Amino acid sequence: MLEISGLKAGYGPVTILHDIAMSIEAGEIVAVLGSNGVGKTTLNNVISGIIKPRAGTLRFDGQDITGKRPRDIVAMGLAQVPEGRKIFPNLTVRENLELGAFRRAGRNRARNFERMCTIFPRLRERLKQRAGTLSGGEQQMLAIGRGLMSEPKLVILDEPSLGLSPLLVEEMFSLIQTINRDGLAVLLVEQNVVQSLAISKRTYVLEQGRFAIVGQSADVLNDPKLRQTYLGL
Amino acid sequence: MLGLVVPAILSGLTTGAVYALVALGLTLIYGVLHIINFAHGSLLMAALYVALVLNMRLGLDPYVALPIVVAVFFCAGYLLQRFVVDTFSHGRDANILLVTLALSIIIDNGALYLFTSNTRTVDVPYAFDMIEVGPAFIPLPKVVAFVAALVIAGLLWLVMRHTRLGAAIRAVAIEKRGAELMGIDVKHTYAMCFGIGTACVAAAACLLLPTFYVTPQVGYAFVLVAFTTVVLGGMGSLGGALVAGLLLGVVEALCGLFLGETLGQIGIFAAFILTLLFRPAGLFAPKVA
Repeated sequence: MLEISGLKAGYGPVTILHDIAMSIEAGEIVAVLGSNGVGKTTLNNVISGIIKPRAGTLRFDGQDITGKRPRDIVAMGLAQVPEGRKIFPNLTVRENLELGAFRRAGRNRARNFERMCTIFPRLRERLKQRAGTLSGGEQQMLAIGRGLMSEPKLVILDEPSLGLSPLLVEEMFSLIQTINRDGLAVLLVEQNVVQSLAISKRTYVLEQGRFAIVGQSADVLNDPKLRQTYLGL
Repeated sequence: MLGLVVPAILSGLTTGAVYALVALGLTLIYGVLHIINFAHGSLLMAALYVALVLNMRLGLDPYVALPIVVAVFFCAGYLLQRFVVDTFSHGRDANILLVTLALSIIIDNGALYLFTSNTRTVDVPYAFDMIEVGPAFIPLPKVVAFVAALVIAGLLWLVMRHTRLGAAIRAVAIEKRGAELMGIDVKHTYAMCFGIGTACVAAAACLLLPTFYVTPQVGYAFVLVAFTTVVLGGMGSLGGALVAGLLLGVVEALCGLFLGETLGQIGIFAAFILTLLFRPAGLFAPKVA
């Protein structure tokens, strides 16, 4: 579904990502793990078209999307739920969800809206509230709901568990499995190593802008280097 | 005394509605693009000349010309933002200020070249018609301006609250990256906003023309008041700009009444200084979490 090869990207004189290659198949949960500042968000922004790559190609759903604009990529069915949520705090919960269908699936807006209210019952209670007044967990739900309103084929979740209480983190990971069960491919970009490995099929571990460990999540969990660096074992 | 105060207040409200309309355009552009549009007054002046020329050459009444001038200036505003302000500022705020300032200098001097600095007015048959409003007689064009300005403000509110474009504008105003990731075209939205803001001054120009004069410098008289209105209403707040505009119109009329006609505007700038001292975020700062 998504294939990246030879990707290089950065800002100004700084190169952040060096020679990245990865792929995501339809219906898969793929995790990209790494600590702060290794280039996770840069990778997402290149995929979403916010940053133009310096080299390499990106293909989505059989088409070359290298250098395409964000709105064309959204229109093709690749949505991103960004780090820090980036919901619209001045708009109501309802308006936030509706804007999720701005570029794609506008005709099914009412149906998807209803679906989001079913997946996230907390949001239904707060439809008229300004999104900025929601709690952190609710804002994350809203950000994911908004991303799903465009009926994507692949959704990138950038650190969805960041800043949530341990209980909510559990809820978030089971929710990711729920949305994946309907066949939606998920690129899960996380620092939360154990839980991400548990729910993903394959994992890429990003270090200094390069993939240091790549493999089936079950194998990556037993990788001695990972266990030492990320789990302290 | 009351016999003078009430008419002054009513007359002030009619002037204030036009101030509000000019300020609505300015505050919309500020609230969304986060730029101070120094060309706002010059665009008002340009719209006055366009309406004037349409009147002199084609005999179009300023009110009939309003939809045409508004449409032309909406397009002009869209194109200016998209291909001039955005292109030459390279996304840096200081550059945007300079580009809009440059635009205003070019427009002002263009008008000076084309029309000279002579003061001009239009001749409309109803210029001196009076309408009885309670205890006062208000010139018909001022009543029209008042009603039309409120209707336009209402339309603007409807667009912002209840359309896809309005939601996109409000989204882009506060969360550009989030909007981009929803597939909203930020540059297009900015330009639409600049277009709507410019359309507001164009409407104000057509409403002003029957009772006002035109010179290449006329924009400054309004833009200074508009800046005051925007600050008083809370930068970026549409409702605030409307109320503040009406309020300043009344303040000006009352100061004119008590201190003499030529000192009317002193009240506006006194109100500005008081606002900066005591409510720097404006009387009606927008509620943003």
